[in-house]
Amino acid sequence: MALERLQLEHIPPAYQVYAAFFRDVANTDFLQAQLLARNSEFEYAFVDASSVISRLHLLSAVYSALNALLDGTLRTPNVHSEIVVSLNVNNNIADAYRRWGITPGKTKDLIVVKTQETIWAHLTEHVHGTPAPLTDVELALATDWPKIRKYYRLNGVPALERLADEGARRKEGERLAIMGMALRGL
Amino acid sequence: MAAPAAAPADAQSQFPPPKVLTYPAAAPPSLITQGAEGRLYKTTHLLPDRPCALKYRPPKPYRHPILDARLTKARLSAEAKVLDRCRREGVPVPAVYAMDPAAGWMMMEWIEGIPVRAAINEWLGARRPPEEGAEPSAEAADDGAPLADLMRRIGIAMGALHRTGVVHGDLTTSNMMLRPRGEGQAVNGCVGGGDDKAKVLEGEVVLIDFGLATQSMSDEDRAVDLYVLERAFASTHPRAERLFATVLESYKDTFKKAPSVLVKLEDVRMRGRKRSMLG
Ligand SMILES: Nc1ncnc2c1ncn2[C@@H]1O[C@H](COP(=O)(O)OP(=O)(O)OP(=O)(O)O)[C@@H](O)[C@H]1O
Ligand SMILES: [Mg+2]
Repeated sequence: MALERLQLEHIPPAYQVYAAFFRDVANTDFLQAQLLARNSEFEYAFVDASSVISRLHLLSAVYSALNALLDGTLRTPNVHSEIVVSLNVNNNIADAYRRWGITPGKTKDLIVVKTQETIWAHLTEHVHGTPAPLTDVELALATDWPKIRKYYRLNGVPALERLADEGARRKEGERLAIMGMALRGL
Repeated sequence: MAAPAAAPADAQSQFPPPKVLTYPAAAPPSLITQGAEGRLYKTTHLLPDRPCALKYRPPKPYRHPILDARLTKARLSAEAKVLDRCRREGVPVPAVYAMDPAAGWMMMEWIEGIPVRAAINEWLGARRPPEEGAEPSAEAADDGAPLADLMRRIGIAMGALHRTGVVHGDLTTSNMMLRPRGEGQAVNGCVGGGDDKAKVLEGEVVLIDFGLATQSMSDEDRAVDLYVLERAFASTHPRAERLFATVLESYKDTFKKAPSVLVKLEDVRMRGRKRSMLG
């Protein structure tokens, strides 16, 4: 298990994006403290995996943030905070951090994204968790669907309620979540 | 509205593609249509195996740049909001994947298949036109069953749309796709199973092109929507004109107010006829 380089369509190759997944992280309070102190060694996007559905869902947020960076239209201090905010359906930054950022005492599984060459040794030294592959199967183990349904307003949605098959319902839920992100703030 | 005209050879030089399409992707984007308002490209979203339709509204050089940017943004946002609403309500429309309203583009789910217009034409073309004055035989009437079934599916899709509180604004058989059903998916109400020729009319009706759509619950607006399709249908498929009644028949049962929309449609037709008599 190691760092994975994410390749996205319509992103210049000079923009390198790396991601990793850690399960059962024991030191989320330490990690959040580094973010609050703006420790530049910890300029990562830390995403609580319980609020993430799949790779596609995560990649949509990464793409949205990179597109804003390329456009020069970042709404937050940097591309890493932009990734977290891109997961939201509105532009409330504090809200996005509460939902997708680190919450000490609550966050267990953590996705880490960084848009420059990233040093695996630094991550494994400071993130005290079990590295896991960043796959749909692995991500699904961490997903908290009641939370997802709340954040993307999926409760009582006819398009989902009429689907009998659980797999089909999750797939459509993922599409509606990505659509909610695409329409952020509209 | 009519046939998407083939893009002129010098289309690329008329105005450049959006910046997003100048960045590398596994395959180059392909230009599908070039309309007055903008372009539609086929490209990819996030991954090489995830096709998408990218709608681009370029800046209008004759408009003040700030006003132009604001208009483009408002139109794309309105279109996206309508698609979101429809999708959540279960109306068959493309999902929105990503958008940059300020840059004038929106990526949507790529709908496989062909426009309903092409499917109907292919079906009609594959059959001999009825002989002048000949009584339609029982066999010929039966031959119309797959087409009537498609008409029913169109009526159901329109009913689902209107029930949601959206009117399309530009309903034609070009703005509906016929998406092949995936393996193992139920073939709902498909007649003439085993008939190879009828395969061209199978699939799910998916409504596209919501550039002129608005949110409305008014029977009048809904009736005008039906009227626009009726007129477009008559001019695009004159040989199948009488089958349009089947669209309305199935529409009638789709939501509570559908019957009163059909009553309104009578008024709208009358006004349309008067207008055409006045020239
Ligand atoms: N989501 C989609 N998936 C597959 N094909 C699409 C999709 N959207 C559009 N197309 C194809 O592109 C054609 C043109 O698209 P669309 O109707 O949205 O644009 P337009 O006709 O240029 O816009 P307008 O009618 O507002 O001028 C369609 O007839 C269809 O063949
Ligand atoms: Mg069109």
